[in-house]
Amino acid sequence: MALKKVKGSLERVLDKDLQDLVRGIRKHKDNEAKYIAQCIDEIKQELKQDNVAVKANAVAKLTYLEMLSYDISWAAFNIIEVMSSPKFTFKRIGYLAAAQSFHEDTDVLMLTTNMIRKDINSATQYDAGLAMSGLACFMSHDLARDLANDVMTLCCASLFQFPEALRPAFPRLKDKLEDPDPGVQSAAVNVICELARKNPKNYLSLAPLFFKLMTSSTNNWVLIKIIKLFGALTPLEPRLGKKLIEPLTNLIHSTSAMSLLYECINTVIAVLISLSSGMPNHSASIQLCVQKLRILIEDSDQNLKYLGLLAMGRILKTHPKSVQSHKDLILQCLDDKDESIRLRALDLLYGMVSKKNLMEIVKKLMIHMDKAEGTQYRDELLSKIIQICSQSNYQYITNFEWYVSILVELTKIEGTRHGKLIASQMLDVAIRVKAIRHFAVSQMAQLLDNSHLLVGSAMHRNGICEVLYAAAWIVGEFSEHLYDPRAILDAMLRSRVTSLPGHIQGVYVQNIIKLYSFILLKSEKDDDKEDMQETTQLLIEKLPMFAESADLEVQERACSILQLLKYVLKLQAKEVEVGEEVAALFDGELNPVAPKAQRKVPVPEGLDLDKWINEPPSEDEDENPIEALFVSDEHGSMGQSSRKYEEPTEDELRRRRDMRRQQQENNPHYLRPDSPSKKKDSAYMNDIPVAKIDLSVPLHVPGLKRKKGTSRSGGGRGPKSAYSHIPGMTVTDKYMKEQTKKEKRKKKKKKGRKGRARETDSEEDIPVMHEVDTTVDMPEGATLSDGEEERMDPNDPHRALADIDIDKPLESSETLPVRTHRVVNDVPQSVPSTGLKLAETLPVEEEKPKKKHHRKKDEKERKKDRKERKKKKRAESVEEMKLTQETKEEAENNLMGYSEFDTSQGGGEADDELSRESPATPPPTPKTPPEDEDATDAKLTELDDINFWLSATDAPKPGEAENLKEANEAAVEELEERPIEKHKKKKEKKAKKEKREKKEKKKKHRKEEEEKEEEEPTTFEEVVDNEPAITEAPLPPMSSYKLLGESEFIKMTYETRVSPTQPQQVIVSVIFSNLSDKHLKSLDFNVMDSLNTKLTREHGATPHDGVKVPFQLPPSAANEGQFAFTLQNITMNQKLKGTLTYMIKDDEGTTCEKIDFKLLLPVSAYFLGAPCNSDRFAELLGSGDLSFKSSINLTTRDTEFSHIVAKTCFYGHLSLVERVNNTASFYGCSIQQHHVCLLVKQLPSGSLSVDGKSSNDTLLSSYLDEIKNILNQP
Amino acid sequence: MIKAILVFNNHGKPRLTKFFVHYNEDMQQQIIRETFHLVSKRDDNVCNFLEGGSLIGGSDYKIIYRHYATLYFVFCVDSSESELGILDLIQVFVETLDKCFENVCELDLIFHVDKVHYILAELVMGGMVLETNMTEILTRNEEQNKLEKQEAGISAAPSRAVSAVKNINLPNLPSNIQLPNLPSFR
Repeated sequence: MALKKVKGSLERVLDKDLQDLVRGIRKHKDNEAKYIAQCIDEIKQELKQDNVAVKANAVAKLTYLEMLSYDISWAAFNIIEVMSSPKFTFKRIGYLAAAQSFHEDTDVLMLTTNMIRKDINSATQYDAGLAMSGLACFMSHDLARDLANDVMTLCCASLFQFPEALRPAFPRLKDKLEDPDPGVQSAAVNVICELARKNPKNYLSLAPLFFKLMTSSTNNWVLIKIIKLFGALTPLEPRLGKKLIEPLTNLIHSTSAMSLLYECINTVIAVLISLSSGMPNHSASIQLCVQKLRILIEDSDQNLKYLGLLAMGRILKTHPKSVQSHKDLILQCLDDKDESIRLRALDLLYGMVSKKNLMEIVKKLMIHMDKAEGTQYRDELLSKIIQICSQSNYQYITNFEWYVSILVELTKIEGTRHGKLIASQMLDVAIRVKAIRHFAVSQMAQLLDNSHLLVGSAMHRNGICEVLYAAAWIVGEFSEHLYDPRAILDAMLRSRVTSLPGHIQGVYVQNIIKLYSFILLKSEKDDDKEDMQETTQLLIEKLPMFAESADLEVQERACSILQLLKYVLKLQAKEVEVGEEVAALFDGELNPVAPKAQRKVPVPEGLDLDKWINEPPSEDEDENPIEALFVSDEHGSMGQSSRKYEEPTEDELRRRRDMRRQQQENNPHYLRPDSPSKKKDSAYMNDIPVAKIDLSVPLHVPGLKRKKGTSRSGGGRGPKSAYSHIPGMTVTDKYMKEQTKKEKRKKKKKKGRKGRARETDSEEDIPVMHEVDTTVDMPEGATLSDGEEERMDPNDPHRALADIDIDKPLESSETLPVRTHRVVNDVPQSVPSTGLKLAETLPVEEEKPKKKHHRKKDEKERKKDRKERKKKKRAESVEEMKLTQETKEEAENNLMGYSEFDTSQGGGEADDELSRESPATPPPTPKTPPEDEDATDAKLTELDDINFWLSATDAPKPGEAENLKEANEAAVEELEERPIEKHKKKKEKKAKKEKREKKEKKKKHRKEEEEKEEEEPTTFEEVVDNEPAITEAPLPPMSSYKLLGESEFIKMTYETRVSPTQPQQVIVSVIFSNLSDKHLKSLDFNVMDSLNTKLTREHGATPHDGVKVPFQLPPSAANEGQFAFTLQNITMNQKLKGTLTYMIKDDEGTTCEKIDFKLLLPVSAYFLGAPCNSDRFAELLGSGDLSFKSSINLTTRDTEFSHIVAKTCFYGHLSLVERVNNTASFYGCSIQQHHVCLLVKQLPSGSLSVDGKSSNDTLLSSYLDEIKNILNQP
Repeated sequence: MIKAILVFNNHGKPRLTKFFVHYNEDMQQQIIRETFHLVSKRDDNVCNFLEGGSLIGGSDYKIIYRHYATLYFVFCVDSSESELGILDLIQVFVETLDKCFENVCELDLIFHVDKVHYILAELVMGGMVLETNMTEILTRNEEQNKLEKQEAGISAAPSRAVSAVKNINLPNLPSNIQLPNLPSFR
C-alpha cells in the first residue's frame, strides 16, 4: 500500500508544480502569454484526473495565474472539488483559490453551503479557520443566510451581506467583547467598529462597555479601534463626549505610541466638534490638541507631518482661531517637497484667511505658483486661490479691484484647466459687485485687446480662452463703463476670434451688438452721424465671418444680427433715430440665477413630465433635422449676399423674433434677462414704428463695401498696447500697500476713488470697499435652502445596515434562520394510530440551550450589578422612586392583563427570550410572570443604565432626578410600545391626578378580567368541539380580544373573524372603550396597507383616507366597530401599522388626539377549526398532500395537559381530533384551504413537542412559531 | 475596512494580490496598474499616505504603502482604518514574512505566493485586522504547516527531494528585504 502511494507520488513528481510554473514563466519572458496558454492546457488535463493531489496542484497553479489576470472562473467546480478534500493540505489550497476567485455571484457557490458548514463545525480549528477566511472573501447573500447561524459565534463578515442576521446576532457579538482572549476581543471590537460606521446610533448602548475597555485595555490596536468608534459615536450623544475628554486627554499625555496619540487627538476633535455648540470651556483641550499636532507637524517624519496637517484641518472647521496662530508652520509646509503635504497645507490655508491676511496669503500662493512645477499641482493651487477668495460669499475680500487683478493675473498661468472657473468668478464678481464694474470692464477690455496671447495654440487646448467668454460678456453687458468702446469693438472683430471655440464666438457676436447699440446711442446723442454709419458699416462688413462659422449657434446669431444691422442702416439713411430701440433689445438688469433655481421651479398642475407630448417618431423619419438644416442654410445665404436681400415683412420679422427668442431660450449660454425685462423687450419691439415705414418705402441697402482702414487700424492697435498693461504682481502689491496704509490711519475715511460704495467693518476695522450683491433669481415661493437634505447614497451596498435598529427588542420572527427541512433526526418514539411520522428535532436547536444558559447566567449577574448601582442612585430621592414604581406597576398591569397583546406587539424581547430560553429554565410558579417582569426590568435597567452612565459626570445637577424620572417614564412607555410623542410626557405629568384615578379604574378593570379568565376554562371545553374561532357572544370573553392600543383617553382591543365563504377577507372587530370622562367623537381608523393586506375603504377613497368609526363615545362607554381587510396571501403573519385619530370634547373645547398602533394578524387568525374525525385525519395524512413538516420543542408553564389542549384549540383556532393520554392531534383548515395537522405530546420531562404537517411550508413555520408563543403565555 | 492588499515590485509586477471587495480580473489589473503608477513616482522620503486613487471606493479611500527594497506593500483602506495602525500592520506583515522565510526577498514571494497568502490570512480576514501579534501568527502558521507535513507523510518524501534538486539551480537570491527598524508601537 505504502509502496503504491510512493509510486503514485513519484509519478506526480513529473507534473509541473507551482514553483515550476513560476520558473517557467520567468524563463519565457518574451512569450509569456504563449507559455501560459500551454500551461493552462496542461492544467485542464490535470483537472480531469481523479487524483486529488494532481487536482490540488493544478488549482494552486491556477491561483497564481489568477493574480496575473487570467480568468479562472471556468475551474470553479474543480476548486470546490479540491476544497471538499478531507486533507488539510488540499483543502487549504482549495480555499485559497476560492477566496481569490469566487465572489458572491459565482453560481457554484450554492454547492458549497454544506461543505462549509461541515468545515466550520469541524473538530480541528484549522479546518474551521480555513473555511472562515475563505468565507470572508466570497460571502454571498444566500450563503450568509444559510450559514449565519454557524458562523455567528466566530465571524462577522456575513453580517454585511445579510443584515437581517444582525439583530439576533448582536447579543453574541456583545458577549465577545468581554471575551478573555484578547484576540477575540479585538476582532469583536473590529467588527462592531465596522458596523458602527453604517449606523452609529445602534451602538450607543455599548458605550459603557467600550469605555471600560478603553480605560483597561493595553492593546493599542484595540484602543485605536475603540477610540475611532467613539469618534463616530460622539456626534450622536454629546454627553458621551464630555465623559470621554478626560481619559482621552490622559491618554494623549501618557502614550508614547504615535498612532494612538493621533487617534486620540482625532477623537478629541470629534468630541469638541460635537460639543462646540453646547460647551464653551474646552479651550484647554483644543490647545492641547493643537500643541500636540504642532509637534507632529514639526516632526521630521513625513507621515506624521501629513497626519498632523490632516487633523489640523478638522480642528479648523470649528476652532479656526486656535489654528490660525500656527500660520507660520503651515505656510512653511507649503514649501515641503512632498506634494501630499503641500496639498494638505493648502486645505488648511482655506480656513485660515481673514480680512487682514487674505492678500498676504494669496500673494504667497501666487509666488508659489510661479515656482511650482507640474501642472496638476499648479491647477490645484489655482483652484485653491479662487476657493479661498470666494469662500462664504467673498467674505474676506475687502477690495475687489485687487481680486479682479488677481483673476486677470491668473489667466497668465500656463496650461491651466481652470479657465472656466476663472471665467465664472469674473462674471460673478462683475455682476454682483456693482461698484467694481467700471474697473472690471476696463480690465476685461484689456484682456480682450490682448486676446491673441490667450488664443495661442497651446493655451487654446487648455481652456484658458474660456476667460474671453467672461470678458466679452462683461464688456458687452456693462458697455456704459467702457472708455473706448470703439476700440474694443475692433478688438472683438479681429479675424483671430474665429479660431475660438463656438460658444465663445457666440457670446462675442451677442456682445458685439450690445456694444454696437451703446455706440449707436452715444453717437446719436453727440449727433455724430458719420461715426454711426461707419460703425454700422464695419459691423456689416465683419460679421459675415461669424455667419460662416461652422458652429450653428454662432451662425444663427450672426445672421440675425446682420439682418438687424442692415435694417438699422436703412433707417439711419432715412435719419431715423434708432439708438433707443436697439438699446431696448438689451434693456434690463441681469441677476445671477441661484444654482438650485431650476430644480425648484414647481411642476405646473396637470403636467406630466414623463408623458410623451407627441408619440416619439419612428427612427427612419428624420424629417426634423433636415428642416432645421434647411432653415439655417437659407438664413446663411441671405446673410452672405445682399443682392438676394428683400425687405423683411412684418410676419417675417415676427417670425425671426420668435426664432431668436426660441433660440435664446434653448441656448444654455445665453444669459436670459429676467421676466419683467423680457416683457418690456417685446413691448418695445412691437412699438417700433420702423416696421411700418419699411413696408411703404423699400430702401436700397449699400452692399458689402469694405472699409479696410478701420479694421486694419483696429487690428493694429492691439499689439501696441502690449501685455504690460494687464495689471500683474506689481499692481496687486499696490492694493496691499494701500490696505496697510489704510490700517495705519484707520479712522481717517478716505474718499473712495470713483465714488465707490464703501462699508466699514467694525470687527477688524478693515474697510470693505465693495458690497457683494446677494440677490439671486429663484422661482416664486422657493427659498435657497429648502429641500436640500442629503440623501443616503443609494449605491451604498451596505445601506441596509443603516436601517437596522438594534435597540428595538427582538421580534419573535427575528431569529437566525434555521434551515428546518434539510436536517432530519428521527426521534425513536413511534406515534400511535395517527400515522404521524414527523418527529424532527434540529441539532442546532439542541445545542442552543447550553450556551444560552451560560450566557444567561452572567447576564443575570450583570443585571444584579446594575440594579445595585441603580438602587444607590435611586436612594437619593424617595419621591422619584415612588413615581417609577408607580409607572412600573402600570406597566406590569398591562403585562399581566394583556400579555397576549404584549407578545404580539413587540414586547418582543421578553417573548423571544422566553421562547428560546424556556427549555433551560424550570417552569416558574403560576400567576406571577417573573420572566416578563425580568425582561421589563432588564429593558428598563438597560435604558436607565446608559442614561445613568452618561449623566454620571454632571451628578450634582439638581435637574438630574427629574432626568432619571423622565428616562424611566420613557423606558416604561417604550415597553408599552405606545409611540407617543415627547410632548405627551409633559402632559402626563400635568395630568398626574387624572392618571391616578384612571389607574384605579384600570385596576377594577383588571379584576373583572381576572374573574372572566377564571371562568374561561369551562368555555374552552364547550367550544372545543364546535367552532372555537368565532365566538359570536355579544360580549365575548376578554381573552380572545387582544389589546390594540391605549392612551389615557381610549383603549382599543380587537379580535379577528373569518368566514369560509370569503377566502380573501378578514374582519377585525375593534372595541373602543372611552377611559376618560369626556366625550370622544370623530374617530377615524386607518392602517397603512401592505401589499398583501389592505383595509377595505369607502369607494373612491385613497389609502391615506381612514375609515370613519360610525359612532361617538360618551364618557366611559364602549362600542364595537368592524373593519374588513382584503388579503392575498395568508401564509405569513401580518403586522400593520395604523393610527386612530379622535376628538376630545370637553368644556374647554375640542382637541385632536391620536394613537399609533400595530395590528397583528397572525396566521392562526385565518383558521377555522373545521371538525375532523380520526379516520379522515389519517386519510389526509396518508394522502401525501401535506408534504411539509416541521417541529418544535418547548416548555410551558401549564403542567395540565388539558389546559394545553384547550389553549391550542382556542388560540390556535384548531379542532381537536383525538386525545390519548398526553398526546393530542389537532386539525385546522384555513380560509384558503390550507390544511394543518398538529401532534402535541407532553414528554415525561414536562416539555412539549409539537410536530406539524401542512400543505404549505411558510404557513406551517409561522404557525408553529405562533403556537410556541401561545403555549408560553401564562 | 481594508479593501485590498497589493504587493508588487519596482516594475509594477504583481507579487501578491488580495481583494476583499470583488472586482473582475481586468479591473484588478487596472487597480494594480493605477496604484503602481501613483506609488512609484513618489520619493522614498515622502509620506506613506496617498489619496487620489480613483478606482476603489471613491473619496473615502486611502492608499497606505511601504517600500522595501524591490517591493511595494500597498494597503488600500477606507477611513475607518487608522493610518499609522495600518503602517504598523505592514511592518508586522513583512517582519512575519521575514521570520517565515528567513531573510525574505522578492523571490520568496514569487515562488511561495501560496504561503504568503496563508500568512496574510492569519493577519487579515475579510478586510478586518484579525491578529497583530507576530508570535501568535507564527505559531499558528507553523502548526498548520506541521499538519500538512503529517498528512503528506511518507508519500511527500519523493516530491520534497525533487523540489530540493530543482532548487539547487536557483540563482543566488539577491538582496533580502532590508527591514528597517521602526519605532514599533506594540
